[in-house]
Amino acid sequence: MALETLLQDPNFTLVSGPSDCSLSRVFCCDLLSVAMSRAPEGGIWITVMNNLNTLAVASLCEVHAVVLAENVIPQEDVIQRAKLEGISLISTPLPIFEAALAAQNCLD
Amino acid sequence: MSDMAFCYIVPGDDFTRAGEASADVKSRLKMLGLPTDVIRRVSIAMYEGEINMVIHAGGGEAEVRLDNGAIYMELRDRGPGIQDLSLAMKEGYSTAPENIRSLGFGAGMGLPNMKKYTDRMEIESAPGEGTTVKMWVNCPGI
Ligand SMILES: Nc1ncnc2c1ncn2[C@@H]1O[C@H](COP(=O)(O)OP(=O)(O)O)[C@@H](O)[C@H]1O
Ligand SMILES: [Mg+2]
Repeated sequence: MALETLLQDPNFTLVSGPSDCSLSRVFCCDLLSVAMSRAPEGGIWITVMNNLNTLAVASLCEVHAVVLAENVIPQEDVIQRAKLEGISLISTPLPIFEAALAAQNCLD
Repeated sequence: MSDMAFCYIVPGDDFTRAGEASADVKSRLKMLGLPTDVIRRVSIAMYEGEINMVIHAGGGEAEVRLDNGAIYMELRDRGPGIQDLSLAMKEGYSTAPENIRSLGFGAGMGLPNMKKYTDRMEIESAPGEGTTVKMWVNCPGI
């Protein structure tokens, strides 16, 4: 799936980064150790953790997109880091599970 | 490649920079064209070791060498040391305070993951003196 499909859903807003990147798999987690060992390369990672460490792990794992769920508004330093890393940053009011479901439906 | 070495100072007071050494190691190994699985395992182990120095030891030094068929990582700090090593190795055991946990750290999976994703790990630690973690990821041909 390309991220564009998900962004057609009004619940998802692109904060920064490319709107047309490809996505391999959907991944959900708020613990950085788990994400570090499990986040899929090229995937879309849904979390509520709004800090630079999320971006550091996203970059190391080479995920293409990070979604901040539950209306978490990304901090300015997070937005800047996402831009620098070329990672698409998205925000949504949906809870993590529903956001993941929407993303998975786009993947299928 | 056998005598290549990369060295890093890992600052202890700056969470926003945690992971920089790991990211640099990863990009260097990629440039050398090493297998993706080897790079992934080195990245996981190195990141966890780096984070531990930042959150538990006030920072430290990291050294990575391509050495006789393995990627060798050594992380040295002068922090408080690990009181009970077998307890620290248990999945879920963590002494990380609440403010660190709220950042997503402190799952107590760092040391177990370092062991799981490397081929060999040795820890030397003395209370009050610091900790040295040595890890090897095999990579035939380097
Ligand atoms: N470099 C270190 N210096 C001092 N203590 C450490 C160090 N690394 C790990 N520890 C101790 O071992 C525990 C377990 O480490 P780890 O498995 O990485 O979990 P976490 O970092 O999530 O607490 C830590 O909570 C800490 O008490
Ligand atoms: Mg740890």
